Amino acid sequence: MISNLNTYEVVEPENVSIWFKAAPVVKFPKNGGACVKYKDKQIAVFNFTREGTWYACQNLCPHKMEMVLSRGMIGEDQGEPKVACPLHKNSFSLKTGKHLNGDLDRIATYPVKIEDGFVYIGFSE
Amino acid sequence: MKTVIVVGNGMVGYKFCEKFVAKIDQDSFKLIVFGEEPRVAYDRVHLSEYFENGDAERLSMAPREWYQEHNIELFTNERVTDIHRNSKTITTLSEKTFNYDYLVLATGSSPFVPQINGVDKDGVFVYRTIEDLEETLAYAEKIKKTVQKPKAAILGGGLLGLEAAKAVMDMGLEPHVVEFAPKLMPRQLDTRSSKVLQVKLESMGINIHLSKATNQILGNGHVIGMEFGEDDVLNVDMLVISAGIRPRDELGKSCGLKMGTRGGIVVDNKMRTSDSSIFAIGEIALYNQMIYGLVAPGYEMAGVAVDQIIGLEETTMAAEIDMSTKLKLIGVDVASFGTPFMPAEKGHSIIFENKTESLYKRINVSHDGKRLLGGILVGDAKDYNMLLQMYLNEMPLPKNPENLILGSRSGEDVSFGSAMDLPDTAVVCSCEAVSKGQICCSVKEDGNESLKAIAKATKATTGCGGCKPMVDDLVKETLKSLGKVVKESVCEHFEYSRQELYDIVKLKKIEDYDSLLDEVGKGHGCEVCKPAVASIFASIYNETANRQETIQDTNDRFLANIQRNGTYSVVPRVAAGEITPKQLLAMGRIAQKYDLYTKITGGQRIDMFGAQLHELPLIWEELIAEGFETGQAYGKSLRTVKSCVGSTWCRYGMDESVTFAIDIENRYKGIRSPHKIKGGVSGCIRECAEARNKDFGFIAVEGGWNVYICGNGGANPQHAQLLVEKVDKITATKYVDRFLMYYIQTAPPLTRTAAWLDKLEGGIDYVKDVVINDCLGIADQLDNEMQHLVDTYKCEWKEAVENPEIRARYSHFVNAEEADDTIEFVSLREQKMPKAWV
Repeated sequence: MISNLNTYEVVEPENVSIWFKAAPVVKFPKNGGACVKYKDKQIAVFNFTREGTWYACQNLCPHKMEMVLSRGMIGEDQGEPKVACPLHKNSFSLKTGKHLNGDLDRIATYPVKIEDGFVYIGFSE
Repeated sequence: MKTVIVVGNGMVGYKFCEKFVAKIDQDSFKLIVFGEEPRVAYDRVHLSEYFENGDAERLSMAPREWYQEHNIELFTNERVTDIHRNSKTITTLSEKTFNYDYLVLATGSSPFVPQINGVDKDGVFVYRTIEDLEETLAYAEKIKKTVQKPKAAILGGGLLGLEAAKAVMDMGLEPHVVEFAPKLMPRQLDTRSSKVLQVKLESMGINIHLSKATNQILGNGHVIGMEFGEDDVLNVDMLVISAGIRPRDELGKSCGLKMGTRGGIVVDNKMRTSDSSIFAIGEIALYNQMIYGLVAPGYEMAGVAVDQIIGLEETTMAAEIDMSTKLKLIGVDVASFGTPFMPAEKGHSIIFENKTESLYKRINVSHDGKRLLGGILVGDAKDYNMLLQMYLNEMPLPKNPENLILGSRSGEDVSFGSAMDLPDTAVVCSCEAVSKGQICCSVKEDGNESLKAIAKATKATTGCGGCKPMVDDLVKETLKSLGKVVKESVCEHFEYSRQELYDIVKLKKIEDYDSLLDEVGKGHGCEVCKPAVASIFASIYNETANRQETIQDTNDRFLANIQRNGTYSVVPRVAAGEITPKQLLAMGRIAQKYDLYTKITGGQRIDMFGAQLHELPLIWEELIAEGFETGQAYGKSLRTVKSCVGSTWCRYGMDESVTFAIDIENRYKGIRSPHKIKGGVSGCIRECAEARNKDFGFIAVEGGWNVYICGNGGANPQHAQLLVEKVDKITATKYVDRFLMYYIQTAPPLTRTAAWLDKLEGGIDYVKDVVINDCLGIADQLDNEMQHLVDTYKCEWKEAVENPEIRARYSHFVNAEEADDTIEFVSLREQKMPKAWV
């Protein structure tokens, strides 16, 4: 179990130094998420097929420190893209990482880009 | 640009910042905050929760980043030591100097430690900050190792003292509350209610010692006991002092502000001190010659100071501060409002007391019986909001005011009016000071037609949340008064109820979620509407959860129950609980192979826990090879039909309950519904299968089967009601077919049959009319639809293991073969369990 939340820190698009080639687009479920391993990190990547957008965040839910967010259901709350944790339905904005139905810590978000049919996640280290 | 310095980062200091940044534009003011504690402001009121979860962060009023985002310069661990009024500067302990235009003092209070001989011994603590708690906890851990059954005393039986008692109990020590007064919570409760609370707390293991004046604290170096009288000694291993508070007013004193004779900085109704650039708020402010130790007045003071500084000078503190409080103390509701104790010359009291249920309710009524003056509630405070409003707004009382606490009896009118009877000025949300008028106006004029929209527009309900039911009522009633239909819509994406969506899907023959959203919804969906629509597709087309997996709840998506550490549990169907030795052996072998924790469930089957995502198809492949099918323990669908052995073995059995239960379970297996459904079949009226707390139940009697429906165990137990008596199996099955189908088509999402029946107009008689007398003329249709579901059943796990595309979903990483290495187990009684939450 990961007790150190600091492992996951927001990466802003302008700070990306490495674009990690994660997996082909077709391996991600439509309108759903999957988990990507990068070094010792677990990153949840979400394919918002309807909107044609992608988001990435830490896979760790800050509520009970479980690696589960990628299995959560995605959706939107008045236009704000979000993921609901499968364990207790805490939902987090995928734009800002903010906890939308309570006051847990923010989750870290990461930039995503699609090139040549592959999903890339932006890291700063 | 003007500089505002806030000294103190507690709850009230934080509230000042929150209200301030909401009202100013950031170019005109600079806000600097100093806190003496190392942490950012946290919720002291709920300090004891720190023990439940050990998570200090969760108590924070706002994370550190919040201050950054709002351009607030925050210094924690930095005590302000001096105020220089002439130069309008302050200096800190580390000798930094800052200029201010306005200074806001919110330094709060410190615990009052009485001068008793021995208070300086080891093992004596106060209860105020997280650091205090951590020290107390460390000491408790130490004595638990050396002393058997250690005891701790809490000096002070007030609000905080009782909270501290809970904390001490959570630490694993035996709590003893010692109070000087002859009753608990002497400021809020009268003698009788205090006694009711005492009996309740004692039953929970908290020892109470009243009318005790402590002479000295015993022990050589560390505390071993408390001495009250000569032969009156209480042996304890730790002592927590919670005997009241003293304002932390030393800064005010040293810079020469006008002080109260017994401490506190004197303020006027604008929260200004004797220096017009300096404000004092919270527990250091002496207003009307009183210190207010409650959060609500502190917040109100913060709001007044904010308005004064930004130039809204008409905002002032109310002349009289309402000290009404409602709280949950160690799980017991306690509330008092208005004048809780009232001398007889002012009015009459109506008192209801029931010690066996730990209930006490008292209301004080004016002599003419027209006005409510105050009251006390212990054990059940659900009527607090309405009573408080009646008191605050001087609303006329009903003819029989006792109904206010006893409820209506013998068919009289319900005593409470609706929230709409409140005057417009009534403050409904006291945390954010939002009135009924503002809420109704926001609904009518700004088009905020949902609870969520109101919360966003007015901030009502965003504080403690206690006013939510009342605000919800106000929104609905206002909408009704405008002639608008209050829609029970599924969520923001569909303006239809589940029943309407069901009909739309069926009539338009829509087969996937995106098409439904395109045709009749808006936006892109959420975790509320997706599973609700998935359930509708399943009920109409009997499609498994595999086809549109990302609109399923997580359990349905992976066809297993997610458990505490993100692993899953596996439950094969064991219809009616009948299982052969060969099947038991097979299940045992598979569980052993994958190292799964096994347990018998309440539904007479076997649950296997601790399977990782990638193991699920492997486990199921083996289970299917042994002849098992999925038990749908993960779905909002038929779970089990519980049975007793019935006449096959039991000497009392009237009929073969196991056979019937197996047939029924196999008939309804795989059927998805608005919520889970459970059944039961008992072979006689001894009812060993507990069929009457199931969604449907059959009980064998002389001459046939009695059929019961809409029972419920769980959080709100309810007995099932009789649908029909003494019918044969075929008839019994037909009626339950129709009942289930009717429920599936008409219930709101996530509503069990019992809750559905409660809301159904006409109740059980109406259900009888529909399923037995066919008053709607839909019986044939219901029969056919159920038969379609029965005929098209397939095991969705078999489908999943045989289809490579579905099977590929069962991998933790999309870019690596390996398993999740963060999952850890510890051993438990020769099995395993997830490592505890951090």
